[in-house]
Amino acid sequence: MNSRVSRTTGIDYPLIVVTLLLSAFGVAMVYSSGQTDVPAARLATLWQKQLVWLTLALVVAWVVSKASVRLIEWSAWPFYALAVSLLTVTLLFGSGAGTAESMKGWLTIGGTRLGQPSELAKVAVVLMLAKVLTGMRNTPRSLLDLWQPLLVVAVPWLLIMAQPDLGTGLVFVGICFVMLFWFGVPWPLLVMLASPGISLVLAFSTGVWGAWFLILLALVFWYRPYLVEGVILVVVNVVTGVVAPLIWDRMPAYSQRRLLVFLDPSYDPRNAGYQVMQSQYAIGSGGITGKGFTLGTQKRLGFLPEHETDFIFAVVGEELGFIGVSVALALFLALFFRCTRVAQRGSEAFGGLVAIGLAAGWFVHVVVNVGMTLNLMPITGIPLPFFSYGGSFLLMCWLSVAILLRISAEGRGQADGLGL
Amino acid sequence: MTYHPNEVARRARAARTVVALVIAALGLGFFRAQVLRSTEYAMQVDGQRLREVPLVAPRGIIYDRNGEIIAENLPGYTVSLLSPSADSLNAALDALSKVIPIDETQRNLVMRRFERARNRPAVIFNDASFDVVSALEERRVQFPSLIIENSPKRYYPDGEAIAAIIGYTSEISEEELRLPKFDSTYKAGQHIGKSGLEREYESRLRGIEGSRFVEVDARGRVVRDQGVRADIAPQPPAAIRSTLDLDLQRFIHETYGDSLRGAVVALDPETGGVLALYSGPTFDANRFTGGIPAGYFKQLLEDPARPLYNKAIQGRYEPASTWKLATSIIGMEQGLVEINTHMQVPCTGGYQFGSRRFKCWKPEGHGNVNLAQAIANSCDVYFYQLGLKIGLTNLVAGGLRLGFGERTGIDLPYEERSSFPDSNVTAYYNSKYGARGWTNAVVLNLSIGQGENAQTVINMARFYTALATDGAAAPPHLIETAVERKQLFSLKPEQLAALRSAMADVVSGRGTAGSAALQGIVVAGKTGTAQNPPNPDHAWFVGFAPYEKPQIVVAVFLEYGLHGYAAARIATKVMERYLNVSLVNASASTAAQ
Repeated sequence: MNSRVSRTTGIDYPLIVVTLLLSAFGVAMVYSSGQTDVPAARLATLWQKQLVWLTLALVVAWVVSKASVRLIEWSAWPFYALAVSLLTVTLLFGSGAGTAESMKGWLTIGGTRLGQPSELAKVAVVLMLAKVLTGMRNTPRSLLDLWQPLLVVAVPWLLIMAQPDLGTGLVFVGICFVMLFWFGVPWPLLVMLASPGISLVLAFSTGVWGAWFLILLALVFWYRPYLVEGVILVVVNVVTGVVAPLIWDRMPAYSQRRLLVFLDPSYDPRNAGYQVMQSQYAIGSGGITGKGFTLGTQKRLGFLPEHETDFIFAVVGEELGFIGVSVALALFLALFFRCTRVAQRGSEAFGGLVAIGLAAGWFVHVVVNVGMTLNLMPITGIPLPFFSYGGSFLLMCWLSVAILLRISAEGRGQADGLGL
Repeated sequence: MTYHPNEVARRARAARTVVALVIAALGLGFFRAQVLRSTEYAMQVDGQRLREVPLVAPRGIIYDRNGEIIAENLPGYTVSLLSPSADSLNAALDALSKVIPIDETQRNLVMRRFERARNRPAVIFNDASFDVVSALEERRVQFPSLIIENSPKRYYPDGEAIAAIIGYTSEISEEELRLPKFDSTYKAGQHIGKSGLEREYESRLRGIEGSRFVEVDARGRVVRDQGVRADIAPQPPAAIRSTLDLDLQRFIHETYGDSLRGAVVALDPETGGVLALYSGPTFDANRFTGGIPAGYFKQLLEDPARPLYNKAIQGRYEPASTWKLATSIIGMEQGLVEINTHMQVPCTGGYQFGSRRFKCWKPEGHGNVNLAQAIANSCDVYFYQLGLKIGLTNLVAGGLRLGFGERTGIDLPYEERSSFPDSNVTAYYNSKYGARGWTNAVVLNLSIGQGENAQTVINMARFYTALATDGAAAPPHLIETAVERKQLFSLKPEQLAALRSAMADVVSGRGTAGSAALQGIVVAGKTGTAQNPPNPDHAWFVGFAPYEKPQIVVAVFLEYGLHGYAAARIATKVMERYLNVSLVNASASTAAQ
């Protein structure tokens, strides 16, 4: 099926090459982040720490890649239980960092930040969801049939939204939908599942929402879900699309702000506006060829905020220009294409679902993070895979790579076994 | 559940299509920002990271009529601090004051300058000495936000001789910045001409400020101050040329500067160009540059001789007998008198008008004189009668026509308007003395240049340029320009020649200024002694030379000078200097070219 996977060892070289290139690019950008004209002793040595984390991540990845898919599937339950309990502990005792200073995303013991359990939860949810889905006898035909997989996602999702971390919550939503799609859930069902969220987004304009609501009604009549389901769906959409905006409009401005800040701690129009503006300046001023590696003035002079984590892609844009950005985006594109290949080999079985789920998580990260640097996405403060400084995130990225490698290797065997 | 590979392949294709489209959309976003709008963003970035440090443009050089330098620029240094906030400026000043003493007044001044233009460096020393600059340069690393810049300093090689005309330059004030004449190209901290030629020709003397760029970080601290971006060089304006004869000006200052209390004005009779304009006692214009030292200013203000008061264009004094030429011209124009006309009553040292006796300056009297003799010996009684013949209304109307109620329009600021009765004579005197408070006797005073008549020295000089030529005068001016001569009076050539001849007699054994006569040059002019009770009389002389073809008109006024001939002696020396030295040199240099 694919000759680039070694026949003898089963190693997926394209996947390794792409992820190693992304990691190398990432560490280089973390190094550049430390090169500033404003005193920032912490930043200067960050790349060394990141390199240590990368080494550790590679070792972990090597070990994990030895585990069979069956073992990984078996570990889904304990892994998921661990993630949920860590999220619960974090919610009670966690601390904030970065653009999301005020939220509780970090597990801290004695002032030392151990990591973000939500990173672990992403992988755990992917494994658990894949396990639950493959355990289902029939393709889901109604929303009620989806209660099991939805519960798997909902528990950690609610814990994360309570931190509150809108960005990571978004990643779970993305993972959930992509995996359901891959599993073969009919698209009208996915649309219906997504409809309350769509209603909320479209609620800003009565006309647009009205049109959407008519389409939804037509879909409900055509698809004919259970009556209860259909009624609930319509009611929920009316609530999110009509009632919620009405309540919102009647709230005093300061309450609106409070709610926004609660939903999204980084919501601070002045500050957020400033960050995005500086990020756009940095990227735009980079031009086609960039200002040169480590030479970005926005970064050097301290205009670009969080340039070692959330806004690291703006440093790519400023220093390496459109060419550098294109290379980075091309590497990500290659990663996602490779992941779908792996998923394809894994088919709808556990391995395929895991592969597509992990890729979906990265994809949401990339789109939201990169989009944010250009003000195409709201500032949610989620990091860029392989680039942003951060140990637990890098570790989890490489854990995902290891799982993908294993799935790729075994999928190859399976395919051979099936004579494909 | 469909395990069919085709179904899976279809989903994989769909997934890849979505991924490719989304990534392409992001790429398009970057293309727009980095390729299409890059310059716009780059400008924004430069706007926030670069601070402009102004490079002071040298002011225009002013040359005299012979190419000698009146005003130039010397190298100087400005020390300033670029600060993001008042707090950090204060902190920087604290640190700086450990190296260079900075007192409280200085500190407040710096803070005020900072508040006025926050994104420009706040000037600490406008004219830092070399010692200060080298002390600071040594500790450069400690003060990253310190800006030491070359800033040309205005200098006048003959600062004391030209004080009355040049004015001075200093920092533009907050009030001035709000005036419409100082448009947006004027910035706080810049130096402008505050008076004299520097003020009058500000727009021509001012250069275009250049820029140097330093890089600041997000908190406004200077990070790099060299090679951030190419400098924009300041542009000096073209030099301008004055009509002034610096040699003559210097001659006046060197010869009479220590004692002269009054004014000397020399004009080119044909063009109205100012050859010399001096007000004594003088001061050093160079000490005014960039702000007058308080002590020096106080000393000048308290000097009873009022050195800051420009006696050539601001001081107004009774012209006394120098005005008798005006009376003569008005009489001649009306056909009431010719050069050899005698008056009814000979001079016996006074003239009885009604119940009052008007004295002549010469108690023993001049006897029966004609106009020529009356001018030569300045006989008051003769002019009393001539004034009465002309009549008050006509005399005032004639005086106004000759320009005695106007400013000359010289290209210097703050010129005073000469004071003279209005054309509506009755209303003028009524408002001054009350309807019954005056008699026709005012015409007697007026006819000898006294009474309601106060002239600036420059205006008297202008009047005499008409006498020295054909009855027309050009507005006096210091910077070469095309001028239009205005006809003040129209006499027949023989009438004018006769008046000049009488004026030549003044500066001869037959006249009041015989002691001022020169060898080889015939000078024509008129003395004047203005009564100034209870103080000593003022002395006047206005005249021209050479008599045959006048090339210089000189007006000299001496406060408390007692006798006209004292003024005449200075005037003729000035004429001699000009005719013997300046003109000879000038023609030599013209010939050489």
